[in-house]
Amino acid sequence: MKLKMLSLSLVTAVSLIFLSGCEMVVFQPQGPVARSIMELINWSLMWMLLVVVVVFGLFGYIVWKYREKPENMGYEPPEEHGSTVLEIVWTAIPILIVIALTIPTVTTLYDLEDVPAGYEEKEPIVIHVTSADWKWIFSYPEEGIETINYVNIPEDTPVLFKLTSAGTMQSFWVPALGGQKYSMNKMETELYLVADNPGSYMGRNTNFNGRGYAQMEFEVLAQTDEEYNAWVKEVKETAPELTEEKYMELLKPTHLGRLTYSNTHLAWINHAEHDSELVTDPEDYRYHGYQGKIFDQEEEKDTTDVENNEEDHGGDHSGH
Amino acid sequence: MSANVNTSLPLEYQTEQSRMNILGFWIFLGAEIVLFATLFSVYGVLYKNYAGGPTHQDIFMIKEVMIQTVLLLTSSFTMGVAIWEMRRNNKKGLIGWFILTLLLGAGFLFMEINEFIHYVHEGATMQTSAFLSSLFVLLGTHGAHVTFGIFWATMVIIQIAKRGLTPVTARKTFIIGLYWHFLDVVWIFIFTFVYLKGMVL
Amino acid sequence: MGIKWDEILITGDPIILGSQIAILLTTLGIIGGLTYLKKWTWLWREWITTVDHKRIGIMYIVAAVLMFFRGGMDGLMMKAQTSRPEMSFLDAQHYNEVFTAHGVIMILFMAMPFLIGLMNVVIPLQIGARDVAFPQLNALSFWLFFSGAMLFNIAFVVGGAPDAGWTSYFPLAGKEFSPGIGNNYYAISLQIAGLGTLMTGINFIVTILKMRTKGMTLMRMPMFTWTTLITSVIIVAAFPIFTVALALMTFDRLYGTHFFTVAAGGSDMLWANLFWLWGHPEVYIVILPAFGMFSEIISTFSRKQLYGYKSMVVSIVAIAVLSMLVWVHHFYTMGSGALVNSFFSITTMMIAVPTGVKMFNWLFTMRKGRIKMTTAMLWSLAFVPNFVIGGVTGVMLAMGAADYQYHNTLFLVAHFHYVLIPGVVFAVFAGLYYWWPKMFGFMLNEKLGKWHFWLFVIGFNVTFMPMFFLGLNGAVRRAYTFSAESGFAPLFLLSAIGSVILAAGFAVFCYNIYWSIRYADRNISSDPWDARTLEWATASPVQHYNFAKLPEVKSLDAFWYMKKDNEGLTLKDEEIEEIHMPSNSGLPFLMCVAFGIVGFFLIFEWHLLAAISAVLIIAGLIYRSFDYNDGYHIHKDEIKKTEGAWRKMEGKVNNHVS
Repeated sequence: MKLKMLSLSLVTAVSLIFLSGCEMVVFQPQGPVARSIMELINWSLMWMLLVVVVVFGLFGYIVWKYREKPENMGYEPPEEHGSTVLEIVWTAIPILIVIALTIPTVTTLYDLEDVPAGYEEKEPIVIHVTSADWKWIFSYPEEGIETINYVNIPEDTPVLFKLTSAGTMQSFWVPALGGQKYSMNKMETELYLVADNPGSYMGRNTNFNGRGYAQMEFEVLAQTDEEYNAWVKEVKETAPELTEEKYMELLKPTHLGRLTYSNTHLAWINHAEHDSELVTDPEDYRYHGYQGKIFDQEEEKDTTDVENNEEDHGGDHSGH
Repeated sequence: MSANVNTSLPLEYQTEQSRMNILGFWIFLGAEIVLFATLFSVYGVLYKNYAGGPTHQDIFMIKEVMIQTVLLLTSSFTMGVAIWEMRRNNKKGLIGWFILTLLLGAGFLFMEINEFIHYVHEGATMQTSAFLSSLFVLLGTHGAHVTFGIFWATMVIIQIAKRGLTPVTARKTFIIGLYWHFLDVVWIFIFTFVYLKGMVL
Repeated sequence: MGIKWDEILITGDPIILGSQIAILLTTLGIIGGLTYLKKWTWLWREWITTVDHKRIGIMYIVAAVLMFFRGGMDGLMMKAQTSRPEMSFLDAQHYNEVFTAHGVIMILFMAMPFLIGLMNVVIPLQIGARDVAFPQLNALSFWLFFSGAMLFNIAFVVGGAPDAGWTSYFPLAGKEFSPGIGNNYYAISLQIAGLGTLMTGINFIVTILKMRTKGMTLMRMPMFTWTTLITSVIIVAAFPIFTVALALMTFDRLYGTHFFTVAAGGSDMLWANLFWLWGHPEVYIVILPAFGMFSEIISTFSRKQLYGYKSMVVSIVAIAVLSMLVWVHHFYTMGSGALVNSFFSITTMMIAVPTGVKMFNWLFTMRKGRIKMTTAMLWSLAFVPNFVIGGVTGVMLAMGAADYQYHNTLFLVAHFHYVLIPGVVFAVFAGLYYWWPKMFGFMLNEKLGKWHFWLFVIGFNVTFMPMFFLGLNGAVRRAYTFSAESGFAPLFLLSAIGSVILAAGFAVFCYNIYWSIRYADRNISSDPWDARTLEWATASPVQHYNFAKLPEVKSLDAFWYMKKDNEGLTLKDEEIEEIHMPSNSGLPFLMCVAFGIVGFFLIFEWHLLAAISAVLIIAGLIYRSFDYNDGYHIHKDEIKKTEGAWRKMEGKVNNHVS
């Protein structure tokens, strides 16, 4: 019977998820945060596999047994309205499964808010992450250095990423090290990550933010303490200075390669602050199609006559 | 659709279609409640985001708002009287009280437009800050509803004058009555959560 | 006003140029064809001005199938672009526009109208009524949907398509980062279509509460009627939120307010909250009617009453309530804290409980039955295992902490396609094969139907199963390309191949419609499936007044017991009375045109023109207020003739169900 084959192949496919899991980045955690999430995922996979097996089995059995055959054309099914006992059973079992999943979910949720267990002694390194279109800016306030599109961290040390955005909303994700979190303008979200071993891990934005989104990746390089300290020292000595003017240029919607600076932009702007200014310019985002009116914040505050303002901005922004 | 007439009920409830229209309108009011609730929660989220612009205390004019409130509350009362006159089958009384209701509504609108003009002259426009955006849109949505109600009621008054009190005109009047009282209730919430709260806090 | 004529049409992209030419030719072809065949009057009288729920339903379904085609083409383009690493079939901007259109069209202009279409056709018949409560409003609902859908569809050739995703998250979708008018299309056209949906919701609540035939208590309503009722309640509760969200978006984009902007105190998170406060219930708006259809079809083809009817009703109510309490699970990663995320994890996982109850009830409906493998039933059967995969991955995503690793990845994309395709698409196909004879008086070819079924189901699994793995390996949604080093290539290619099989299934479906219209046997029973509910007590296609005599209901599955007890199936001449019916009206269509014009001007930010043309809408409202046309009566003779014609046929018909 084709249907049974279908369900069988689905079972195989689901078990494939489980088996080939060992090769996928989420199932190869390189730090305690990602590991705790993976343990939760495995726990849930086990229960879900149980559900799948039971339902598929029951489905296959019922469809096979009660299908219409030439021999049973005379069979008239009995009138049956339901069974309170059975209905209570299949309400109660899912409730129990949900409870079994809820408890570790909640504890993990709380654990992820803090320094991972076992790393409390070590002083976390604070790195400010500023996402912009379409690059990642990492500022090390204590070390006084800034990197773009890559971030170096020492191994076995908790790193507190303080996330914010210079414009659109992004999501910061290093799957090998842990889960993701949004970065938003005028907001600061926090994420603790630890890398167990030296290595290079892919990080990227997962929250769609326009044309350059697909390439908005960065590298996390976990190093030994000595390598890390040497790198910091080298950057301090050799990297160029970032100026405010240069920084504004960086924020334009572009792709940049890796860049390194021996100071941080936090000196003149922290996009996480509630009263920080929005420094992007809508004009930079013009693309094809009919262009609409842009509302300039500063001018509007000074003027009470909105109509006039509208005229000023009307027709002169054509083109790409 | 069928002319299933039950004369023991009030005029506006006599046909099956009227009963369905009235139920449908109640459900529509349910949707309107969700709509205003959403606007209130938007206001609730943004009402302190002045962005350097004027605050509640800078722009609110409590005396004018009190007059608006009195006008609208009275209009709800006169609308009630109009429906009562309709139940007594008094066409003239109904039209008279109905028109009075609309005049009060128009007075409310006039005051509200003046209030908006005052705000704009104070430098508080819809574009100034998130607080003012949410304030203008919340008040404006209510005001637009009142405006729409006045136009709609005018149509119905013309129909009553032309056709007299029939199950259809009675149903239309009754539905506008529901609408008008609903706007009054919304205003009470605006008065409490926007103006009183804005002045006190 | 400063109209920039040179920017109105999108230029410079060969694919778009091709579409522009194709659209022009198709339009000319349709106009030419209608003129040549002298069908304009027919079209106007029989369809455009109709207020008959069955015809409106059919128009919804036709529009939905066309939108399915458009959305499907978008999907195929995405699959082609990601079939190999670093493909350059579409550029980033074009890809963004395509996935935005795919999402919006599939949810709002395909799934919803398809379901609403079937609801329109079936619900009044199932409850033994002659139409919906407000027939003209129903027509207006359709035409507003149509207006919105058409506006949205022209975006990519005129003015620029929305490109911020179907969720249109701010700040990206705001003027600060998307100064083109593309996203105005999103705000305005969805607003117009949404108004239509809201009216549908109100209409169906009143219809179901007030127009049930004698004896049909709430607990004797067919399950599809129940789900439609609850869906309508969710529509009324959730759509106004979307109305407000879109209105505020419109204000932000057109008038410079600061609801969701970055500057001047706006809050982008507010948009996400409002969007999902509507968006999550919206998911249940499309899934619940589908559950109802599966219930009808599984019960019919197992020849058994639905198992656990009461618990089915309780579960849909529970799902409806929970659907309002889970919206935050779409953005656990926003950093709302462990407490908030825990709360929403629990409410979300709780949805699995009533859904599980329904699943077991369906399985036990089939148990001890005699399962007839018609195409409609095959779709319903395939729904069970496929939806279970969507369901269990949904529970996994519901777990806040685990979601940190799934969020915005292809794992999520695979999950919601595993819910929406088996849940909604399988359902509308099942419903279409099932109710097609009721709508048109002939059946869709069962053999082609099975080809359609197998290609579609296999293609679906091949397309979306790999995405689970891709997501867990770090592939994200909405990315127009990926690098060769990522190692994603084989699975992406497999997925692209699957989409071709999926498309082949859809092509067979279209061919099936064509074949059946031309060749299918017209001489069939009005109850070809030996079904259980009242819609099958009418002629096929249904008489325009539905029932000569309104049936009386004594139990659940009323028609089944009418047939069993041989009661109420015949019609005596003296039982025939004149029937009152509503008149046709051109107003809903004219309102569609008016809303389309106003919407178009607003999208282009030509405020003066929009204000002037808004007079058209006001004129329509005034006309409606003074419209006292209360319909017409069908004479007894005409009813006698119609009833005699189809009732005599019975017994001499061919059976095509084996």
